[in-house]
Amino acid sequence: MSPDASGLDLVIDVVTAVFLVVGALMSLGAAIGLLRFPDLMSRMHAATKPQVLGLFLMLAAIGLQMRTWWVWPVLLVAWIFQLLTAPVSAHMVGRSAYRTKHGHREKLTKDELEAVVQRAAAGQEPGSEK
Amino acid sequence: MKEIVLVVTAVILSLAAAGAIIRIAVGPSLLDRVLASDVLLAILGAALAIDMALNRHLNNLMLLVALAVIGFIGSVTVARFVAERREQSNES
Repeated sequence: MSPDASGLDLVIDVVTAVFLVVGALMSLGAAIGLLRFPDLMSRMHAATKPQVLGLFLMLAAIGLQMRTWWVWPVLLVAWIFQLLTAPVSAHMVGRSAYRTKHGHREKLTKDELEAVVQRAAAGQEPGSEK
Repeated sequence: MKEIVLVVTAVILSLAAAGAIIRIAVGPSLLDRVLASDVLLAILGAALAIDMALNRHLNNLMLLVALAVIGFIGSVTVARFVAERREQSNES
């Protein structure tokens, strides 16, 4: 940030500051969610906020401060990479959490995976029922 | 203004990292700890991004991408490992 900012520079600096502080608040929100939510599934909901929206705000702040156009595709690639890997790892963690009986089943309002798991345990292939 | 933003974000990220570390320490199961360490990695990446934005350089950008890869591989591997171990101990 330039010390003697004025005009458009001042606007860009203020937007950058807001992006950085809000992006940091995403991390704080994830930490509060990790500490206060009761089971793993709801903690996973909180944990994704700094990984996607927080990273987007931080990268946008970098792009605003660099004042060049060629950094935006690079930042976009970094963000899209995070956007592709976060759902996959969340899926794997949630899958193994379900299979190892984590969390409180009685708090779920609807458990659509239960019937599939029972059919699979009974020996049928999941896609073979008529 | 740069110093104010730096101090505010440093305080917020320190509190967030403390919360994630508390969850790593007390987390009742292994998957809770994996999730909390993922959040800690995201907080670290946020700190690197703040350094890049405030000092106007791009030295850490590849490190940011590498952090994403490491978090992805780590959580997927541990999730797979937990599933194998717990299923075996339930059967025996």
